[in-house]
Amino acid sequence: MKGLVFPLVALVALQILAMVWGIESDNLASPVSVLQAAWTAALDGTVLTAASHTLSTTLGGLAIGGTLGLLLGLLIGLVQPIDRLLTVSLEFLRPVPSVALIPIALLIFGLGYRMELVIVAKGCFWPILIMTRAAIRGIHPRLMEVSRMLKLGPVARIWKIFLPAALPRLFVGLRLAAGVGLTIAVTVEIATNPYGLGYAVMFAQQSFRPDLMFGMLLWIGIIGWSFNAFLLFAQNRLFGRAALVGARS
Amino acid sequence: MNKNTTRTGKILWLLASLAFAAALIAGWQLIANMRLISPVFLPGPDRAFDAAVTGFESGELGGKLLLTVERMIYGWVLSSILGVALGTLIGSSALARSYFGPTLEFIRPLPASAIAPIAITLFGLSNASVLVLIAFGTIWPMLLATIHGFAAIHPRLTEVGHVLKLSRLETIWKIALPNAVPDILASMRLGLTISLILTIVGEMLMGLEGIGNSILLAARSFDAPNLYAGVILIGLIGLVSNLLLDMMDRRLLRWRPSR
Repeated sequence: MKGLVFPLVALVALQILAMVWGIESDNLASPVSVLQAAWTAALDGTVLTAASHTLSTTLGGLAIGGTLGLLLGLLIGLVQPIDRLLTVSLEFLRPVPSVALIPIALLIFGLGYRMELVIVAKGCFWPILIMTRAAIRGIHPRLMEVSRMLKLGPVARIWKIFLPAALPRLFVGLRLAAGVGLTIAVTVEIATNPYGLGYAVMFAQQSFRPDLMFGMLLWIGIIGWSFNAFLLFAQNRLFGRAALVGARS
Repeated sequence: MNKNTTRTGKILWLLASLAFAAALIAGWQLIANMRLISPVFLPGPDRAFDAAVTGFESGELGGKLLLTVERMIYGWVLSSILGVALGTLIGSSALARSYFGPTLEFIRPLPASAIAPIAITLFGLSNASVLVLIAFGTIWPMLLATIHGFAAIHPRLTEVGHVLKLSRLETIWKIALPNAVPDILASMRLGLTISLILTIVGEMLMGLEGIGNSILLAARSFDAPNLYAGVILIGLIGLVSNLLLDMMDRRLLRWRPSR
């Protein structure tokens, strides 16, 4: 409850400031008018259209980048020589920020859904790759022995032993990647792509609507927060403490 | 211990790994030469390299690189100082932690680039705007790490402070901050990555001269060699700054037994 005091006091103070000195202008808006703009945007469907674009790109990119990351992560997690062979290449590619690929995606795909999808996929690829590799490494050696004892083939070994054992940490990777994906989607929209929540904020700024700008920011916060909270809830529900084991390593 | 973990084994694997990376680049060259992908979209590494060399020879690319690196470092240093200072203020008191913590946790997951429109509104399309964008977006890891470092002081250390009758400031300076240093350094590494990202985003948005803006312009004018050269340079900035931080970490954290 104490946590609520500070934001409430700050908002009330801002509102009083706005009413006494009239700070409302082309640049600033009072908390009440921000809330009004956020409410209107929710009613007239602006939020829904923008959010569905941003979220569908995030999920699509997560699916593509996540699958690729999972496959490569399984490969380098299970086959040590490949891991060692790829070290330099991966270490060189990893520091390239996703946003630096915006112009390349722009050049190839033009503005639109696909270019955003590619960049989000690239962003989701790394956390999943790294978590998959770590999850495979973290499997108890005894399970490896069991799989050898049972003379399981490579496919059965992955399907029956590795994936179930690594699943909790894979889900942690998925959750992290989803957060990264949403952030990147909004960033791409703010930087270039004229769709979605990020663009809605930029558009409000460019049309001198600070109330709508802060209102849309509020929506980004709420949507992003619920998205994370939902994944965290799912993680706790599905895996409980199992997901916490070595999750920070 | 198998032979792979020995020193020569490691060097051999490193060489093999380098060779593999070289093979990847050769494959890229081959694909470009055979025009499997249109050269408009994918220039060979030779053309990207030529573009970089021409750019550096004319001094233009070097200047842009410098501007980008400068912005990144200014923003990073500024946000590190702000983050640690603010974190110290909030972290040194349990009361402040309980009042401000939840708000900070709520704001933190917001996409950092979402600050950009606010920065533009307040400061226009300027260097100040980019700096504000970087500082506000990058401050979170440092801020939260400092607060966490303060919260996680071993009770025995606090007792030692009591016994030595340290004043509040002395406790912060001699016990709490050193205790938080490993966390802060780790967060500064993350911060540098975010700072680079936001520098690029900021340059693109505000049209300020730098690598971020020049790759966007190159893409708009279908100048693929310069575009790829720029992207590779940005990757190198990230790589080199990470390596430097690695070295700094190892030097500064020598006193820590674990690791």
